[in-house]
Amino acid sequence: MTQSEDTTMMQAVIFTEAFFFLCLIMAFVYMAYNTGFEPHELSRLDIRTAGIFTAVLIASSFTLHAAERGYARGKPVVLKTWLIVTIVLGAIFLAGQGHEYISLIRENVTLNGSVFGASFFTLTGFHGLHVLVGLIILSIVLALAFLRDSKSAIGTVAMYWHFVDIVWIFVFTVVYVLPQFTNI
Amino acid sequence: MGTTIKIPDPASPFPGLGVETDQGLLQWLSAVDHKIIGIMYMVMSLFFLVVGGVLVLLMRIQLAVPMNHFLPPETFNQFFTMHGTTMIFFVAMPAIFGFAVYFIPLMIGANEMAFPRLNAFGFWMTLFGGLLLYFSYLAGGAPDAGWFNYAPLSERNYSFHSGVDYYCMGLLVSGIGSVVTSVNIIVTVLHYRIPGMRLNKLPLFVWMVFVNSFLLLAAFPSLNAALAMLLLDRQLNAHFFNPASGGSALLWQHLFWIFGHPEVYIVILPAFGMLSEVFQVFSRKKIFGYPFVAASSVAIALLSFGVWAHHMFAVGMGNTLNNFFSAGSMLIGIPTGVKIFNWLGTMYGGKIRFTTSMLFAIAFLIEFTIGGLTGIAFAIFPIDWQLTDTYYVVAHFHYVLIGGTVSGLLAALFYWFPKMTGRLIDERGGKWFFWLWTIGFNLTFLIQHVLGILGMPRRVYTYPRLPWYGTLNFISTVGAMIMGIAGLLLVCLIWKCGRHGRPSGPDPWDAYTLEWATRTSPPPLKNFEDLPPVTSRRAWWDMKQSRRAADPEQQNSES
Repeated sequence: MTQSEDTTMMQAVIFTEAFFFLCLIMAFVYMAYNTGFEPHELSRLDIRTAGIFTAVLIASSFTLHAAERGYARGKPVVLKTWLIVTIVLGAIFLAGQGHEYISLIRENVTLNGSVFGASFFTLTGFHGLHVLVGLIILSIVLALAFLRDSKSAIGTVAMYWHFVDIVWIFVFTVVYVLPQFTNI
Repeated sequence: MGTTIKIPDPASPFPGLGVETDQGLLQWLSAVDHKIIGIMYMVMSLFFLVVGGVLVLLMRIQLAVPMNHFLPPETFNQFFTMHGTTMIFFVAMPAIFGFAVYFIPLMIGANEMAFPRLNAFGFWMTLFGGLLLYFSYLAGGAPDAGWFNYAPLSERNYSFHSGVDYYCMGLLVSGIGSVVTSVNIIVTVLHYRIPGMRLNKLPLFVWMVFVNSFLLLAAFPSLNAALAMLLLDRQLNAHFFNPASGGSALLWQHLFWIFGHPEVYIVILPAFGMLSEVFQVFSRKKIFGYPFVAASSVAIALLSFGVWAHHMFAVGMGNTLNNFFSAGSMLIGIPTGVKIFNWLGTMYGGKIRFTTSMLFAIAFLIEFTIGGLTGIAFAIFPIDWQLTDTYYVVAHFHYVLIGGTVSGLLAALFYWFPKMTGRLIDERGGKWFFWLWTIGFNLTFLIQHVLGILGMPRRVYTYPRLPWYGTLNFISTVGAMIMGIAGLLLVCLIWKCGRHGRPSGPDPWDAYTLEWATRTSPPPLKNFEDLPPVTSRRAWWDMKQSRRAADPEQQNSES
């Protein structure tokens, strides 16, 4: 077997995390069909702003890939630069999510207010938590790169980051896009 | 076979174990060696077995006679909840992980798990999860909504003290431990096998735990998601499971059983693996139909995700769903039945040695088959409607969990104890334990099938003077007491023989797999220096054969 054991470990972690998000998404859909969401609450979601932040998060996957390639070619400056860009993009996404939460809560869409609030905040909140953890890990990788640690864990960290991005594409589709077309 | 393979050292040195001093307790607390962690898992399991056992003995005293007032109903509810949760999560799972992390590196010819520190982390999370669960007693009362904790009973307006919160937190914490340990096992099996041991040459115990780890990784997220939602409901007034405010109590049942049914296979598959080793060695024959045993485990793992709603027939899901899950539950009986015939085939024509370990394996065959047959009965949903939530259910799953899992674990304990301690468990004491345990077990639970058919519901703290109820319950209690005495005997045997038992030498059973190839029992800190290449499924047996062929004198002295 040629791949490293760290890669195998991250694959196993992603396998189990995928099931976790599957459960949360299924719970969201189940709630949408079981009790149904209030249309006026769904309409509070701003798909355009969320779409922009989605693009930011997806872009961060590409910048991290650039950092990874810099590392593979033995160019620490490229690695560090793109890592910083990735962290900034991830932070922008989180800030956007925070801003969205605040405006929703101002409009009385809360975790304890309705079934929609509970499902929405739980699903996007757990995703945001994963982004936050990713940012912390990326910062550690960056700090180690500045300390000139010759072996970087960037390969496995990138796997995790791409996974969190892909999960967001599913979450975005189910939470923001689908309600535009179907009456959930 | 002149060439040998050098077994690589672990990538990084161990903290706390490099120094040649007696560090006492610190050496255990800081240990990352897989053997020490394995033993800590097993000691933890034994401790919680005693705790969970005492709980159930108190319940059986309460149920011994009708209209009894030994335990108040609130305490009784707490006891059956804690008994179930403890036995599944803090007895069965740690025991399985204990054997897994102790023996997987040894059986695949490695010196350590892939991630030794992660291994220690997994153990401590499991232990702290258990302690957190029991802390509830000090914090206002233990959880009392049953081990599957159905909503809305588990919501704050019905269970207002903090017991259920501790249930959620304890299981979340220990669940994280189980997940990381499974990840560790998968990486270890994929990367640390001795050259020549391809995946289709794995010892069956390793194979089953390997398959099982994937099952666990797929099942636990569902429980964790459900627990997180329940905590949000209870702490922050979310609305997932509370029908009064638009939530769905059924969602909890679905999420719990998507975890819960695979969970029963998570605790039985490793036991199947242990038994597959025991049957081979004590029948002096290699396993009959290795590919079938291996492949049927994969079939069980996949099918186990298509059966969860058979716990929910009484909910009224409609004929389509009922039929689907009924068929799924019957299907999963097939790969399980295949294994029974594999083991029978292994024994057939073998030179069977009736050691305590083998006795437990044979008892397993009978008891687990009974549990399997009552399970098939439940898959037929009209029968389930009639018998759901009666003592028939209690009898069924105790036949599967005690007759199945615990029999496997005990067979494994008697089989591997000499390797772990260097000493044999006294066979006379072991047989006393076996007969007390088996008679007590069957006395307790065979009768409960009848009680269930008579209509006695489970989880009632007492019952009226109906015909047969008193007599049958009393017999059941007597059986439970015999099991209790047997359990006490087991603890004494482990304590006594672990310190003063007959020295076993490195390979007392003339076994087949590599864990017996270490120079000493217990193995040294570094398991192996070097090993010859592996060419078959019975690596250690091959080595002994070639050694015997090369040295006829030794052959004579051994025979």
